Order: sequence, then C-alpha cells, then structure tokens
Amino acid sequence: MQPSQISNRVDPHGWVKNYADILYSYAVTRISDEEQARDLVQETFLAALERVDKFEGRSSEGTWLMAILKNKVIDVYRRNAAGLRKRTETLKAEEEQQDFFDHLDGHWNAAYRPGELGVDQQDPLVQKELGRVLQACLGKLPALWLSVFTMKHVDDDPSEIICRELKLTPSNFWVIIHRAKLNLRACLQKNWLHEYE
Amino acid sequence: MSMNKLKGIIYNCRQATFLIEKKQLGSLTLREKLELRIHLTGCSVCRVFQRQSILINRLVRGLFHIPPAAGAKLDPTFSNKLQARIDEELKKNKDFL
Repeated sequence: MQPSQISNRVDPHGWVKNYADILYSYAVTRISDEEQARDLVQETFLAALERVDKFEGRSSEGTWLMAILKNKVIDVYRRNAAGLRKRTETLKAEEEQQDFFDHLDGHWNAAYRPGELGVDQQDPLVQKELGRVLQACLGKLPALWLSVFTMKHVDDDPSEIICRELKLTPSNFWVIIHRAKLNLRACLQKNWLHEYE
Repeated sequence: MSMNKLKGIIYNCRQATFLIEKKQLGSLTLREKLELRIHLTGCSVCRVFQRQSILINRLVRGLFHIPPAAGAKLDPTFSNKLQARIDEELKKNKDFL
C-alpha cells in the first residue's frame, strides 16, 4: 500500500489516541466549558462512525474529524446567540458603546479615547501579560460577538460562511466585527492600566 | 466624491475605526482606502486605535492557536471509556470491518 493511501484510511480503533486531545483542545478554547467540550468530542466520534462509509479519503482522517467537530461548535454558537438573556446581554454592550463617540460628529469622547498602553508591545513577556488580560475581556463579550470574532480572526472562515451559519446579513456582520473590537480594545486598555499603574 | 462626504469621514472617528477593521480583513474599496488614509493622517487617536487593533488580532490568535503539546488534555478515564464505546459500536456494525 502507498503511504498516501495509508494516511487517508479510517481507523476508529486509534481515534481517541490520535485525535481526542487535539479535538478537545480546539473545542475547549472555543466554548470555554470543559464538560460541554468533552461531550462535543464524544459526539464527533459517534457521528463520524455513522458516516464512516461516506469518508472518501479526500482529506486526512484528522481533518475530516475536525470538520465534524467544527460544525458542532457552530451549532453551539448558534444556540448561545439565541435566547432572551443573550439578546439582553448584546443590547447592554451596544448601549455602553454609544458613549464611545460623540453622537453628532463621531469624534471620540474624551473618556473613551484610545491611549498608549505605555509598554513595549514587541516584548514577549508584555505580550503574555496582555494576552492574559485580553482573555478575560473575551470572556465578557456577548456570545454572538465572540463567535463572529473568533470565526473570522482565529479560524479565518470566509465572511459568507459566517453570515450563513449565524444568520447574519453582511452589514450585521461588519457591525459586529467593529463592535467586538471597540469593546475588546476598551476593555484591554481599562484593565491593563488599572492593573499596571 | 462630494466635499461633504469626504468631510464626513475626515472628521468621523467612528467611521474611521469601522474602516480600520474592514481594512484588516482586506475588504476596503479604493475610495474607502483614500478616506481612511486622509483621516489617519490627521488623527493620532485613531492611529493608536489601529496599532492596538492589530496587536489584539495577533494576541487573540496566540491565545487560540496553541501547539498540540501545550493544549488541553482530556481526562484519561474519559478517553478510555470513549475508545471502549467506539470499539463497542464497531463490533455492532460488522459491515464496517
């Protein structure tokens, strides 16, 4: 057998050993709920088993499993974005942002104006600390904004796919991309200066 | 481009930050590029925003793209049970083997 054929075969007996941790690590960084992430890994393998006869070997086994998991993560995104409580959370975040700019001329209002963080942004240690603060800020984003932001900026998903999966119009999409960044940046500056001054 | 439209963006930081985000995802029209360049030339606050916005994108990628060796690990008890369950399903479905 040719090596290329070997890599495109399916071997469920080795799935957990070969892929479970990689899949779990992906899921848990995206949905921040260990138990739910674990369930998604399990569901992924079981769904894959059912479809194993449809695996055509166009991608590797690992890529195929990851694609199944990704769809399951997007289902969670969709569920998280629905629900009354989540919509209230989004409204609240939108309201907070209304103060960022002057209503008439769109200038930054003084209290929200971006300022220098006063650190060397190239320093790896500084970046590590900034990452820690940013992580907390990501956790405070409305669920829908976080989903859109990570699909676009982390997973490089095409905008059309994100709009289709999360039922957004293109203009909704851009508004969310903008708002998520305004929110993250403000949160980073506020908490950074608060902790380190 | 009318003078009014151009004036609108030259002085509008809300719109400029919107274009900064679009730019990083590669979606600016020529006209938007020009508008943004004019705005940034005159607005040091939005230049700070742009720098930090790019930094945030890089930091977030770093938070999510964790090398496999450093990534989260499943509890071994769970893993073993999971593989056992898969093997069980495989036995049920003899067609597969």
